[in-house]
Amino acid sequence: MSAAALPAPELNALREEMDRRARLPVLLYFGAGVLWLLAGTALGLISSLKLHAPDWLASVPWLTFGRVRPAHLDTVVYGWASLAGAGCFVWLTSRLCQVVVQWRGLLIGSVILWNIGLLYGTGAVLFGFSQSVEWLEYPLPAAGMIAAAFVLFGASILRTFQKRTVPYLYVSLWYIVATVVWFPVLYVIANLPIYSGVLHGAVNWWYAHNALAVWFTPVGLALAYYMIPKVIGRPIYSYYLSMLGFWTFALFYNWNGIHHLVGGPLPAWLQTISIIASVLMVIPVLAVAVNHHLTTVGHFRMLKSDMTLRFVVFGAMSYTAVSFQGSAEALRSMQETVHFTHYTIGHAHLGVYAFLTMILFGAMYYITPRLARSYWPARKLITAHFWLAALGVLLYVVAMCTAGFFQGAGMNNAAKPFADVVAITRPYLVLRSLGGALMGIGHVIFAVLFAMILYRGGRRAAANAQGVGQ
Amino acid sequence: MMYIRLWMFFAGLLAALFLGWAALVGVPGVQLAAVPPQPGLRPYTFPQAHGREIYMREGCVYCHSQQTRPEGFGADQRRLWGRPSVPGDYVYDRPHLLGTARIGPDLFNIGARQPSRDWHLAHLYDPRSAVAQSIMPRFPWLFAEKTSTDPEDVVVAVPAPLRRPGVSVVATREALDLCEYLLGMNHTYPLERTRPR
Repeated sequence: MSAAALPAPELNALREEMDRRARLPVLLYFGAGVLWLLAGTALGLISSLKLHAPDWLASVPWLTFGRVRPAHLDTVVYGWASLAGAGCFVWLTSRLCQVVVQWRGLLIGSVILWNIGLLYGTGAVLFGFSQSVEWLEYPLPAAGMIAAAFVLFGASILRTFQKRTVPYLYVSLWYIVATVVWFPVLYVIANLPIYSGVLHGAVNWWYAHNALAVWFTPVGLALAYYMIPKVIGRPIYSYYLSMLGFWTFALFYNWNGIHHLVGGPLPAWLQTISIIASVLMVIPVLAVAVNHHLTTVGHFRMLKSDMTLRFVVFGAMSYTAVSFQGSAEALRSMQETVHFTHYTIGHAHLGVYAFLTMILFGAMYYITPRLARSYWPARKLITAHFWLAALGVLLYVVAMCTAGFFQGAGMNNAAKPFADVVAITRPYLVLRSLGGALMGIGHVIFAVLFAMILYRGGRRAAANAQGVGQ
Repeated sequence: MMYIRLWMFFAGLLAALFLGWAALVGVPGVQLAAVPPQPGLRPYTFPQAHGREIYMREGCVYCHSQQTRPEGFGADQRRLWGRPSVPGDYVYDRPHLLGTARIGPDLFNIGARQPSRDWHLAHLYDPRSAVAQSIMPRFPWLFAEKTSTDPEDVVVAVPAPLRRPGVSVVATREALDLCEYLLGMNHTYPLERTRPR
């Protein structure tokens, strides 16, 4: 009998069993993710401050801007976003397949290996052994550990998928299965030490943009596709649109990478096809936007009461915004001005933070209490976390995109000395630090809440165990 | 997914990834493999290669690009940053250091624009002594402080506010090799339209 046909008491028992089996691996992923979020935030703040206070901590080699800045990127994407996303996927796959998590041992091994890889890789970047390739800074042994950890995670996901008891596959599951197949292949090919010259540049940006396409964006979309209908309690707006959105996403996103090198020494046709593919992204983005927003529409009042929904809808709206911005940004006329500027950094944070990280926060607020068997303490603190993160990232993105625009316009005016262009950006760099500090305070609150709910849940479990013993 | 078989789903996933790889890496790889080095381009000398490693270690790529854009696309030409770069200029670059940010200026021809080693040493020791508005990090760990210098030591012209009596700032091998790399960043040789091999 399929799980969908179970009567209510049995279904509740199955849910409880699924959550019990998911508890350890998912909370390990979450816990490690939160720690990397704190580390990554500290590294990000240090690099931000150094751009307007360059003589601060200037004699410490491992804290120089050129090492801290890539360490920030690597810890937040491969540490925070990847670990939190993997934890969410383990739980979500079990729920969507209506079967307990399979091969838990592999997941525990994956968390351990992943964190060793992250420590090794981040240490290598800070202490001078970076590969100096954006998004691929980790030396090969560290990258290999992370790839292996991802394969272990993917194997467990696919095994759970294979054991599913439901006859249908929900949209989120397409993204989950796709991503565990895609990402390890992509990551291994990009890390092969065989490239040189401008081809290496092409491989670099094929990878870096695809890391978003085949891992980070699917994490955000799969979670939004689940959380929005679930919390609101109505089905997704259109099944057919989600199908169209998924396959156009899979086809077009893969071709985007070279828009990072427009105007550079790569073949012009190569730049052009990436620009075309970037504009074609409008199709999957519209499909996803219609699905998410038309499911939400009419239920905006729930954003006030439900914190998960508030974070996730903020993230889904940011996805629409960042995607349209990206399609426009890829055009040659825009690239002439904003390429090489802070505009790109603003865009990146609208994506990885305002979209992905906000959805991860929302999903973790939903999933953690179910696993920790406790309630979130201090609702006001969650509200504070939301506003700090939301206002912080808005300030960040607006400051950086404005700075980038003036910076680009200044650079394109040959009469303006380069040093004057640097001076133009400084007030915006200060605003960026302010936005980052707001986000950072939010992260500390989030980490405290997370520690508190684990502690409370653990104490309750211990009390229950004692009660059973008596 | 109700309407397609599972194997088709997985085949579709891999096909999508492969198509992107073929378009952005596979086909350009074939095209670029046939590009010979520009005749004026020299392979890196040992000190230059070592200097390049220091450049990588300190993350210079996060603020400095090494690619020059053609006239009509930005002001690189009018800023005299050098003729538009071509794939044949990068044949010996492994890894590539094209860069995607210009928090600092492009360095593709910095050796031609600023050929003074003393300037580079002073600038690496304290960027703001050379360019007041600079936000570049200082790199004091590439230098040693000495009370007595040997004849072969390269002493840095430290600006007055940072100068300390009786102490000389001497460039280490790392600083000197980094300068070798920067001074070698000179792609002003005439472009030759060579036929693919």
